[in-house]
Parts: sequence; C-alpha cells; structure tokens
Amino acid sequence: MTEKVLMKGNEAFCEAAIRGGCRFYVGYPITPQSEIPEFMSHEMPKRGGTFIQAESELGSINIAYGIGCAGGNVFVSSASPGIALMQEGLSFLCSAEVPVVLLNVSRSGPGIGGIQPAQADYNQVTRGGGNGDYKIPVLAPSTMQEAVNIIYESFETADKLRNPVIILADGMMGQMMEPVTLPEPKQLYKDEADIPNYKPWALTGSKGKSHRNVIKSYRALPEDLEVHVNHLFEKYRKAEKDLVRYETINTKDAEIVFVAFGTMARIVSEVIEVLNAEGIKAGMIRPISLWPFPKAPFDELSPDKTKVVISTELNMGQMIFDVQLSLNGRIPVRLINRVGGIVPTTDEIVERAKKILGEIK
Amino acid sequence: MKPVYEPTIGMLPVDTSYCPGCGHGIAHKLIMECITEKGRLGDTIGVSPIGCSVVAHEFMNIEMCESAHGRASAVATGIKRVHPNHLVFSYQGDGDMASIGVTEIVHAAIRGEKITTFFINNAIFGMTGGQMAPTTLIGQKATTCIDGRKKEVNGMPIQMSEMLATIEGAVYIERVALNTPGNVRKAKKAVMKALEVQEKGLGFSLVEFISSCPTNWGLSPIDALKWVGDNMIPYYPLGVFRSPEGM
Repeated sequence: MTEKVLMKGNEAFCEAAIRGGCRFYVGYPITPQSEIPEFMSHEMPKRGGTFIQAESELGSINIAYGIGCAGGNVFVSSASPGIALMQEGLSFLCSAEVPVVLLNVSRSGPGIGGIQPAQADYNQVTRGGGNGDYKIPVLAPSTMQEAVNIIYESFETADKLRNPVIILADGMMGQMMEPVTLPEPKQLYKDEADIPNYKPWALTGSKGKSHRNVIKSYRALPEDLEVHVNHLFEKYRKAEKDLVRYETINTKDAEIVFVAFGTMARIVSEVIEVLNAEGIKAGMIRPISLWPFPKAPFDELSPDKTKVVISTELNMGQMIFDVQLSLNGRIPVRLINRVGGIVPTTDEIVERAKKILGEIK
Repeated sequence: MKPVYEPTIGMLPVDTSYCPGCGHGIAHKLIMECITEKGRLGDTIGVSPIGCSVVAHEFMNIEMCESAHGRASAVATGIKRVHPNHLVFSYQGDGDMASIGVTEIVHAAIRGEKITTFFINNAIFGMTGGQMAPTTLIGQKATTCIDGRKKEVNGMPIQMSEMLATIEGAVYIERVALNTPGNVRKAKKAVMKALEVQEKGLGFSLVEFISSCPTNWGLSPIDALKWVGDNMIPYYPLGVFRSPEGM
C-alpha cells in the first residue's frame, strides 16, 4: 500500500480504475463527471492504456461492448441522463455476457433535471431501464476510500460474472476531496496476446483455437431464449451471496433504524450520534450493494426493539420499496427525503425523525 | 487436376437463411473469399447488425459478435482498439446503418477508425417486413408508404457513400452492385481494396453493395436484379468516391 493522498473524487475514481486493471476508458462529457474523461484523456496514454471520447453515450456503451467482446478491460463513466441513454447497451451486455465497469456520478432528475447531487437513479440502476430480464450488480460507496476499493475490485468482479458492474456515486462524491490510500497497480492480463488465456471466451480471432468464439444476444427460438434467460438468472443467483455487501451501525437496540447509502449515509451517521446523545437509540443499515439488496440485516431487526425503519433518500422514495420488501410488514417504514439536488442537514433529519417516532409511538 | 472453382472455406458448409434472390449470400461469399485469400480467417473479427444478417456468424467462418441496432461500427471500433493488428469489419444493412446508426457510422469515419464497413443497401427494411428505409427510392412502395415514397413527405433517399466521402477520415469509399456477374466481380475487387486500406492502417473504409430484396419488393429474383439496374443504380451510381493516392 502506498501513502495517503488528498484527491478529488472524480480523479480518485480514475486512479482506482487504472490501478484495478482498466486498460480502456470510453466516455462523453456530462456534468458532474467531466473531470473523469479529462483525467483519463491524459493519464491513459501515459499508463499504456487507451482513451476514447465517444460521440454520445450510445457510442460509449457500444464501443465499450466491442472492447469487452475483444477481451479488453474497460471503464465507462457518465451521469444520470447519460446512463439512461446507455440502457439499451446494458441490456445487450447482460444478454451477451460481456463485462464492463460503469460509473454513474448521478445528478438530479427527471429529464435534464439539475447538476446537483441526487439518488434518483436508484431505480434506473437497480431495476434496469433496459428491456428484458437481467440484473447488474450495483455498488454505492459512501467514502472516497470505499469508492477506490470498490472500483479497484470491480474489473475482476465483472470479468468473473461476465456481466456489467455499476458503481453509483453522486455529484457530491465526485466533487469533494478526501484522503485516500491508493492500492498497488495490478495487471489482469499481460498484453493483447495474453487475452485468450485470461478470457478464453473473448473474440481474439479463431487462430489456434479448437472452436471459433461467437458472442450473441439474439435467439430465434423461444425454447433457446428461455434456456438462456434461465442460465443468466442461475448465474445471478449463485453470485448473490458473494456480491451482497452492507454495514450496520448500532442496529441491535435501536428504536429508529435508518437505511441510507452513499452521500446520505454520511449524514445519517451524524444523525445517529446526535439522537443517541439525546437518549434516543438510533442505528443505520447502510446497503453497499444496492443489487443484490442486503436482506439479512433487516431479518435481524426485532419489532419489540425497533419502532420504525426510516429510508433516507435523495429522491421521492425509491429504495424504500426494497426496505419494505425486506421487512415484509414486520416494522413500520417511513421516508425522509429531499429532491431537486438538495441535501438535508443533520438537524433537519434529526427533527423529522423525532416527529416520526412520536407519531408511531 | 486443379479445380476451376471451389466453395471458400471462409463460408461454413451450411445453407443460409436468406430468401431466394437476396444479395446477402453473394456479399457474404465475396467478403469471406477475400479474407480467405488473404490468409486472415484466423485473425479477423466481424460484427453483425440487426436485420436479416444478424445471423451472419452462422455462415461466416470467423469469430464474430452481434450488435444492437445501428451500433455495429461503434462495436467494431472497440474491437479494433483492442486488436489493432486484426482485420475488423462491421456488416450493416441500410435500415441499420443509414437510419438508426447514422451517428455511429459518421463518427467512426470522422475518427478515422481503421475498420471496414460492408454496407448492404436494398432500399428497404427487410427483416421487419418491408417498411420504408431512408434509402427507399422516390415512388418505391413499402408498407409504411403504400402509395410510394414521396419527396414532400419523406424527403429524398440518402446517398450514404457520397455523404461519407466528404469525411477526411473515410479514406476508401466505393459503391458496387450485385446484379450482374460483371458487377459481382468488381464488387470483390472493392472488398479486397477496402481490406488492403485497413491492413495498411490508412483509415476508415466502406464498400456499399447495391443489393436486392425480392421478397419485400414483391418481385421475382430475376425481376429484382433488373429493378436494381433500372432504378437503383441510376440514383445510386457505382464507383469509387474516395481512395488513397496510389490505390
């Protein structure tokens, strides 16, 4: 491990990707992640990689699909409306079983919305805006160090699963500075000639192979397509237990359990301290993987102790449905939220939580 | 005794799924003959489009992937960047490339990607059942213009080769036809040249094949070939629109 450095979020994300084995970057400018293509445009060529500025997000995700098909490790970044344009490609990548790592530095919506931080892409990334049945692992870090660690590991995760992996950050994380320890650079394959050893399924030319590789999505026969979709979901089911990640703070005896991810989790961790200092036992479940959504920490909550679970979100209430599904009616669920790019203060959440607790009791 | 003609090993020994009189079979064969003659079957990667030829990988004896509608040239871009010494091509129809995929093809050309695109223009959407394409001729009937395409309503058909030839990075652009034995022979030469341009790393190359779709045109295969000569070639003139010096 190297020494601690102070880095801006968007640049730390890039550094983590390069050190994690990313050899290709494809992107298109969009706020609040434009520092990423800027950084990659000068860093990738210096570090033996390739930078491509695509003509659109449709171009980005499809160039990335080509890179992935050919066995290259590729990093793509965008922000909310750009991710919407990529949904066709994400559905296709899942169907064709091609890995890419995609970072969404999300902003507020709908439509053009605004450029301030939001978590309104929860549904877009966890439910998939593309057509058909597929799943994409989504990881939502809440500190820069966690983001660096997650991005660093994601190339191997995506390769292992042969599927896209999404990292969901937001404008706040992209723009803020925090000290991070950068991991040692690793190489997933030596050079172009080494790709067939690392990814025997990749398109590298049929020379020297016992069979030629074909990467496809189309299945003309319903029976074939059913087999394929069942295969994908069997793969997702097996991967779930390795992919699911979360953190819990003081949930055991808590009267109020907050559920928060990303930037909101940073604020809620302060909220818990304030409430505990006032004698109200409060805790937090922090999902790190948004798909698969962590169900286990909800099973551990007891209605005798926990009076209310509060989903705390920067949207109109999207994660709350996963919270409700996980609790299955055992404990009342409420929402504390702000939208439009407004991030609530610690005091605001404390007051609203106390009011909710009073109403429940 | 040396055989005069043998099927190319570039094509798999299976029947294609294309209709009688369709140009895809001939175009596939020409491309695969050229790649075979260059001895490059083992290090060529192709991208098939959405359309009837999505299944081209079932007939072409090389490694391939499918692509979403219109995106084949973006996908080929990605592949070529990983394997710069391989031959990489996209194979796209006119619905795919001249309609939904215009952005991707234009920008692949602008960047001067060292890929080759084989563009099959039969002036109609084939796989979806004969709807008007951007290339459908004025007066030509299609299921979304049953009285024939009208300039006032639909504008004029797009001439992709002429348009792409205005782009600096598109170094080799030729339009050929598959309607006569003579034109088929010329088409093969164009394929060879486009691949040579790629091998030399000169930039983006494209061969447009004027092809036929007897099924959706409502013509017999023979009448369809005649229709190509009478109607398509006058609007889509054959020839080289751009070529590097000395080629």
